[in-house]
Amino acid sequence: MRLSYIARRNLSAKPLQTALSAILLAFGVGMVSLMMLAEKQMTEQFERNIKDIDLVLGAKGSPLQLILANVYHIDAPTGNISLAEAEKVMRNPYIESGIPLAYGDNYMSYRIVGTNKSYPDHYGAKIEEGVFWSKAFEVTVGATVAKKTGLEVGSTFFSAHGLTDGTDVHDDKTFTVVGILEKSNSVIDQLLLTSVESIWGVHAEHDEELLSPEELYASREITAVLLKKRNPMAILTLPNLLRETNMQVALPAIEINRLNQQFGIGAATLRAIALLIMAISFASIFISVFDNMQARRYELALMRTMGGTPGTLYKLLLLEGGLLSLGGTILGLLVSRIGLFILASAVEDKFQYDLGNLGLLTSEIYLALGATFVGLIAAALPAFKTLRLDISKTLSNE
Amino acid sequence: MIAACDLKFSYSGTTSLEFPDFKCQSGNKLLLIGNSGTGKTTLLHLLCGLLRPDSGSMQVAGLDINTLSDRELDKFRGRELGIVFQQSHFVQSLTVAENLALPTMLTGSNITAEELKVRTHELLDSLGVEHKFDSYPKDLSVGEQQRASIARALVHKPSVVFADEPTSALDDKSTESVIRLLEEETEKVGASLIIVTHDSRLKNRYKDRVELQPIQPLMNA
Repeated sequence: MRLSYIARRNLSAKPLQTALSAILLAFGVGMVSLMMLAEKQMTEQFERNIKDIDLVLGAKGSPLQLILANVYHIDAPTGNISLAEAEKVMRNPYIESGIPLAYGDNYMSYRIVGTNKSYPDHYGAKIEEGVFWSKAFEVTVGATVAKKTGLEVGSTFFSAHGLTDGTDVHDDKTFTVVGILEKSNSVIDQLLLTSVESIWGVHAEHDEELLSPEELYASREITAVLLKKRNPMAILTLPNLLRETNMQVALPAIEINRLNQQFGIGAATLRAIALLIMAISFASIFISVFDNMQARRYELALMRTMGGTPGTLYKLLLLEGGLLSLGGTILGLLVSRIGLFILASAVEDKFQYDLGNLGLLTSEIYLALGATFVGLIAAALPAFKTLRLDISKTLSNE
Repeated sequence: MIAACDLKFSYSGTTSLEFPDFKCQSGNKLLLIGNSGTGKTTLLHLLCGLLRPDSGSMQVAGLDINTLSDRELDKFRGRELGIVFQQSHFVQSLTVAENLALPTMLTGSNITAEELKVRTHELLDSLGVEHKFDSYPKDLSVGEQQRASIARALVHKPSVVFADEPTSALDDKSTESVIRLLEEETEKVGASLIIVTHDSRLKNRYKDRVELQPIQPLMNA
């Protein structure tokens, strides 16, 4: 029989008190760890999607909205821009390349985006099955979309107008799935990719065939262009250049920074609440060990008459506090994973984002060590009293 | 051997206690008898090294325990002494058998778990509470608790067994049986038995006895 066994038995002899302290700590640790995990996942996800997109060209409106709509596909677009005007910007000497995006329809709430092959290439998306689209109305489907909708190579479907609901179906134009993409952990997973021509085709006016090629070209519209700069001057000169048009450029890095700062206030509040809960849990460990010490004074004195030194008793109480805080911390890390899992399934459906990785972070290891250590300290203070326990008095008072 | 010589103790300067000298050879029995307020418990605590005397010397198990350090005293108690308290107390979260394993564990004795188990079974059996081996202390009757606490005082084969008022709450019949168990079991391990009591029923049972006198108020010089 070891001292740690006695400590464990003492803890389980008071299941409610032990559970309360452990649950409080688990809750505090869980919240902090959940925030660490979510923050890391969000940052990684956001950065992965920004990857090498220096500027986004789109219709005037909120620059943040422009970024959220066209880089992350979690907001409505600001409007359409003329293809001819956009191509003019892409030919600007300060611009190296641009990826056109045209969309406005969905299939089961997943966006159908008209673009060219440079878009999947940009995110390193590879074909899992089938091929990339080559003709109008051929679609290559992102991994998550394929999984959630059950689309396979060879499937056909109608698109629905708008970006979320499926009420207004374009039932005269059939899309055919020609390929499925591998999971790339980027926004591509959540999209159905096709050619820009398909998007125009769906919305074609009936009198289009009457137009000359020049007139047709002039009437073409797209939603946005993701630009890669050749020269930093692009950032300085393009806004001026576009002043007179209905277009704007926005910088993803800056907009996301702004967004993070807005989020930051909420995150700081949550973190403060989590730390408060942790502080309360340490107080509860303190009280629980203190209470135990008072209630078990006679037992402790008894152990002294059986060969226990003050150090033995001190260690025993410290072990109880240590086991309690270790248990609470481990429980907390589990709680945060369950929380993240629930959050991920909720967020994936709503924002089409994936927070699926549940590994242990370095910062969490520090959090766990810190929580266990402070828990030990919280136990050590009341346990200190055992060093000066007057055995004679304790034994004769009973 | 247990002996006391010129033993004096005072509680924070208000009460002074002087104890008569006495001596008890190893393996013998000694009765320390006195009414309430004669310092019986104080004397017991002095002999167990739970209190330090103001002056005088004493020998317990052949050692002058006043020369031991606090730490040595803790270990000495665990190895050489068995104490049966007036009221039986146990570590409530441990079973009877686990409580009996405490002295062994706390002193780091090198008896094997198997030997200890056999010893515990034997002892509980001869005290008639073997069926409570795996029970928790709270599930024992008061009588069973007292037997279990006698077992705990003897399990590590101490040299001296102290019993503090072992019979004060018992009727004549139970008194006889508890005292006989105490005597038998201490004889088996060859330990001395020191009974501290005010119970006059025990007075004529032992030829070695020390009668304690009421406390004298401290004289101001």
